[in-house]
Amino acid sequence: MTAKASSPAVDPDAPLLEVKDLKVHFHTETGVFRAVDGVSFSVRRGATLGIVGESGCGKSVTSLGIMRLIAQPPGRYAGGEVKFEGRDILKISEREMRGLRGGRMGMIFQEPMTSLNPVYTIGDQIIESLRAHGVADRKAARKRAIEMLDLVKLPSPETRVDDFPHQLSGGQRQRAMIALALVNDPELLIADEPTTALDVTVQAQILSLMRDLRERTGAAIVLITHDLGVVAETCDDVVVMYAGQVVEKAPVAELFSGPQHPYTLGLMAAVPRLDAQTDRLETIPGSVPPPYLQLPGCRFASRCPLATDHCRAAPPPLREIGPGRSVACWRAPIEEIAA
Amino acid sequence: MISTIIDRLLLSIPVLLGVLLFGFLLLQLVPGDPARVVAGPSAAPDVVEALRVQMGLDQPILVQFWAYMERMFTGDLGRSMISNKEVTAELAAAIGPTVELMLACMIWSIPLGIAMGTMAAVKRGSIVDRAIMAISVAGVSLPIFFVGLLAVQYLGVLWLNLPFIGRGGPLWSYDGLRHMILPALSLGAILVGPVARMTRSSVLEVLKLDHVRTARAKGLSERSVILRHGLRNALIPVVTLIGLQAGYLLGGAVVTETIFSWPGIGRLVVGAILSSDFTVAQGAILVFALGFIAINLIVDVLYSLLDPRVRK
Repeated sequence: MTAKASSPAVDPDAPLLEVKDLKVHFHTETGVFRAVDGVSFSVRRGATLGIVGESGCGKSVTSLGIMRLIAQPPGRYAGGEVKFEGRDILKISEREMRGLRGGRMGMIFQEPMTSLNPVYTIGDQIIESLRAHGVADRKAARKRAIEMLDLVKLPSPETRVDDFPHQLSGGQRQRAMIALALVNDPELLIADEPTTALDVTVQAQILSLMRDLRERTGAAIVLITHDLGVVAETCDDVVVMYAGQVVEKAPVAELFSGPQHPYTLGLMAAVPRLDAQTDRLETIPGSVPPPYLQLPGCRFASRCPLATDHCRAAPPPLREIGPGRSVACWRAPIEEIAA
Repeated sequence: MISTIIDRLLLSIPVLLGVLLFGFLLLQLVPGDPARVVAGPSAAPDVVEALRVQMGLDQPILVQFWAYMERMFTGDLGRSMISNKEVTAELAAAIGPTVELMLACMIWSIPLGIAMGTMAAVKRGSIVDRAIMAISVAGVSLPIFFVGLLAVQYLGVLWLNLPFIGRGGPLWSYDGLRHMILPALSLGAILVGPVARMTRSSVLEVLKLDHVRTARAKGLSERSVILRHGLRNALIPVVTLIGLQAGYLLGGAVVTETIFSWPGIGRLVVGAILSSDFTVAQGAILVFALGFIAINLIVDVLYSLLDPRVRK
């Protein structure tokens, strides 16, 4: 990979991506669906941030929100900022945004089966991205596409470049998808559940490929997943989301050694362990409140074993409890409690 | 690609046999006595009887069918019962104008329908969308003879003074082109509506798919996203629809040619049926069936061009 030309007048210690109080709402027939409701986090250059949470917690909408790929309507940016290299990209023109998408910001999607266009070869789809970002020469673009396919370890890239997506396996398609997202040397790669649709051995290969590529390209990664195992293996920092909000932020080792939010505790308890005999997997009782419901207090209170009247009355702010650690819970820091 | 074409050609053989059988039965079932037609209304009964024997009409039906199949496979479609000309010659003269009319109709109506449907899909729910859908519903609902008569009345007589009787010569001549306008317009009117509606729903369907989101995430302009990644994929069902509409179009050609006195197969078959000219009608039916098979062959080839997943 080529060395990146650093953008002028950018403090190298400043975060690459800074999301501040982002709100993405959807207007539906049942009411306003607050899919993302005041989410804040930041990503350092070259670091990997994991966003975890169960289905419907707003993590995918957050990732699409960063790329400004939310369809409006029904979606609406109801507030907040998304600062990429110091600029609020929610305020730039659509034309400028297109320059960033697929250029300095790449994205990988969950479904490699459907995320590539079935009627074009993978080479054509990669070349199209190169040409949209200023590579005028078709031959050079094709050469670059083959290089990228080689980089993501697709076997015999010179011939596979002319294959259609249906001629590749799921893992190969995801490799092609990663090649597509990285072809213009992005500073930031957003990966929305990149391994969820793949079987376990292929998952491991793709994750190791992503770690490898991060070393080589220096791109920061935002990894959206519901798999805590993936987070533990891949990420530097973790953001835990619940019902459209961030409930906990921590460096990965600290999150696993001492989770501070009852929801994080519950998630971890739900992961099956090899060293303990269990007949049933742990679950978190209850279910996520309906998204259009405006609750006065903490959104997790109805399912929380530690909830008090105060929790049900007032929403807990996300507050800092240590370097790089914050939690949105009135009861934090919690001691060792068997959740 | 070649193997797809060969496959399709082989598959059309049973269809063709079915058509031949149907053509034979149809003429057995229609009222009217061929021998009487040939001999003329004032011929004596014994003359008619002699003719019947000469034409083989006194034979058992299976024998007649065998003789008919034999003639079909040797390319002998017989002679017209009215004009006594070779049926193949009559058909050969009529086929050019019909193909010409079909092409002239499709060349404007399919692109227009696709453009209208895409526009409606992109501007879904807007005034533009509703207007386009209203026009296409009208196009689907109006019978072709009515559209044809409106075209004659307004474009032909009142407003533009365009010719509406017969063919004016080859298409590349000025007169030929002017004569083509109204028939092509009327016949194409039945195709625009269905194509527009199918394109609209197909584009809407495709724009929801994941790969369109990928295209946007690549930083492509909305125009490329819609044309290269939306419309291109959406054309596959539209091509199917056009194949299905081909039969309708051939039927429409019969009406259109009759209205505009267009010297094609459609007018030939109407004339033949009205005058009980069984041999010509039989030949024309065969030509229509071949046309239908050919259109569907083209559709299948287009399919594999549009969708790499169906290529072998």
